[in-house]
Amino acid sequence: MGMNERETQSGAQVAKVTPEFEAQAEDLISRYPVSRRSATLPLLHLWQNTFGSIDDSGVEWIAARVGVGPVQVVEVITFYPWFRRKSAGRTIIRVCRTLSCALAGSHDIKEKFCQAVGVDPHSHSHGFGAPPPTAPDGEFSVEFVECLACCGSAPVALINDDLHERIQPEDVPAIVKKYQS
Amino acid sequence: MTDSTFSMPAPHPKERRLIFENISKPGYDTSLETYLRHGGYESLKKALGMKPGEIVDAVKAANLRGRGGAGFPCGMKWSFIKYDDGKPHYLVVNGDESEPGTFKDRYILHHDPHQLIEGVVISAFATNCHLSYIYIRCEFPHAAKIVWKAIQEARAAGFVGKNILGSGFDLDIYVHQGAAAYICGEETGLLESLEGKRAYPRIKPPYFPAVLGLYMQPTIVNNVETLCHVKHILRLGSEEYAKMGTPGDGGTRTLCVSGDVARPGFYELPVGAVTLGELIFDLCGGLRPGRKLKAVIPGGSSAKVLRAGEKFKIKAKGPDGAMTEKEIDMLDVVMDAASLAAVGTMVGSGGVIVMDDTRNMVQVLNNLNQFYAHESCGQCTPCREGSLWMSKITTRILDGGGVEKDPATLKNVADNIAGRTICAFGEACSWPTQSFLTKFPEEFSAASAKLLN
Ligand SMILES: Cc1cc2nc3c(=O)[nH]c(=O)nc-3n(C[C@H](O)[C@H](O)[C@H](O)COP(=O)(O)O)c2cc1C
Ligand code: SF4
Ligand code: FES
Repeated sequence: MGMNERETQSGAQVAKVTPEFEAQAEDLISRYPVSRRSATLPLLHLWQNTFGSIDDSGVEWIAARVGVGPVQVVEVITFYPWFRRKSAGRTIIRVCRTLSCALAGSHDIKEKFCQAVGVDPHSHSHGFGAPPPTAPDGEFSVEFVECLACCGSAPVALINDDLHERIQPEDVPAIVKKYQS
Repeated sequence: MTDSTFSMPAPHPKERRLIFENISKPGYDTSLETYLRHGGYESLKKALGMKPGEIVDAVKAANLRGRGGAGFPCGMKWSFIKYDDGKPHYLVVNGDESEPGTFKDRYILHHDPHQLIEGVVISAFATNCHLSYIYIRCEFPHAAKIVWKAIQEARAAGFVGKNILGSGFDLDIYVHQGAAAYICGEETGLLESLEGKRAYPRIKPPYFPAVLGLYMQPTIVNNVETLCHVKHILRLGSEEYAKMGTPGDGGTRTLCVSGDVARPGFYELPVGAVTLGELIFDLCGGLRPGRKLKAVIPGGSSAKVLRAGEKFKIKAKGPDGAMTEKEIDMLDVVMDAASLAAVGTMVGSGGVIVMDDTRNMVQVLNNLNQFYAHESCGQCTPCREGSLWMSKITTRILDGGGVEKDPATLKNVADNIAGRTICAFGEACSWPTQSFLTKFPEEFSAASAKLLN
């Protein structure tokens, strides 16, 4: 990629960043008085929550803010399963895959969610910044995640920011309905 | 905002709730006002009237052991920090809670943030830290907001910030969110993550972040529950606190029970107050109707499994003070660090996973192997390759492609990970395989061999 393309890309993202976003970012950076680089994860969360995923413009913007090269931001994105380079569905259903939930039937629950929202139950994210499997209409993504630390009320799922516990297969359609636009 | 809608039954007579005393009261919420009404920040006031060294000594005398997994004596860890070395010190709270089977910190963070903050301020005062981060896994989005709001409230009331309660002591506390990687629970991985990098655990030595920690400065890393206990040590006094537990392991400990029991949940008990059998059959109401106990993982998914009916020879002090050997059943093992270590496993993070006689042990191990294969950070070859290899073997045994020598191969792979890696994840991922093969050999050989020809 030539220098000009880079600059064009950077130009595109400046348009995206509102003063409000800028203020939020500054507030986050101020919480790390010893090292700006510590704000990398918080800024990635902020960018992803605001824009849906972290594209090249996000990588460059964050890298400049925390004082590292873009590759050091990409390296972080590809390490942590939470971050993605491409957008996921509007609602993300994360079903716990791990032992206590599996014993309580979470694999069946995940399949039911997939069927209810039109995600292929056999597809899975390949990690490294890939988004979770998403329905063709872009409304829902469904993925397995590891233990959500709520094993006593298994099986559980995190849907967007909300935890759902003791999910029974017959509950799935009603849960999905709540998130349908 | 929906969160875990837990309801805690009245305490079992064996329980003694310190950490969960208020959380389980009806109407208890996360506001500062409610916390103050329940005696909040009184321990902090007491602490600020003490010398920092006296607080460290009190925590030592209380025999508080870390509740995060390794069970290291907390006061000893703190004393590795030289109070007056002129360097900045940091206090980092481990709220990554991601060891499968563990779910106690979640409730503290969501329902009693001020209890943690009070523990943090006291602990920071004792170790001369002026900056603290609470690392919370990002799968607890509400907890991050709740704790951050509580910090602001505490700051407005003078419990956090500059010149805390007129003592001249300053402390800033911030919340830092993880990004769904289990290895961030390992304390040096956590620090790397907090520095804005991949959570690659650091090479030891130095063995303790107290030597080189966050930003290469002396740092204390403690689990959420551990720091909450500090408040109660000051409230009750070291002696009374220590008395609740066993020699060398004081206070209460929260055991989280999940899997095939009638009443899963968390139970706060004086350390050593119950045996495994009492925990399962008495507190948790036993197994589901018509089921029998098959296996228990006693301390988070990494702890070595116990098989129902298993007998152990342990050394015990007789009435005359002489050591004698006696045989006990696995149900008679006391749920404390020393007793579980004596039977070859650990209390770890306190996550007890119970399995009944309908469970297939190859399937159970495969579930855990998949977890470890997914979560290895990839720095060390034995762990990165070995965890994946073990997961592939157990998957193929289940899928019908197993061969007779698979159990031996599995054992060989596991034996070649433990002890050869940068961090204790290496042990954590080998112990399930090693113990499942030892305890349930017939299931593994049957599943592998029947597929030959
Ligand atoms: C692979 C691995 C995962 C860990 N996960 C956690 C965790 O989720 N929470 C935690 O408090 N400690 C965890 N620990 C233990 C920490 O490294 C550290 O010992 C602990 O936070 C120290 O606090 P404590 O002394 O108060 O227990 C983990 C350790 C390892 C090796
Ligand atoms: S043992 Fe595993 S998790 Fe720990 S540093 Fe090595 S590769 Fe990473
Ligand atoms: S195993 Fe699902 S929440 Fe722990």
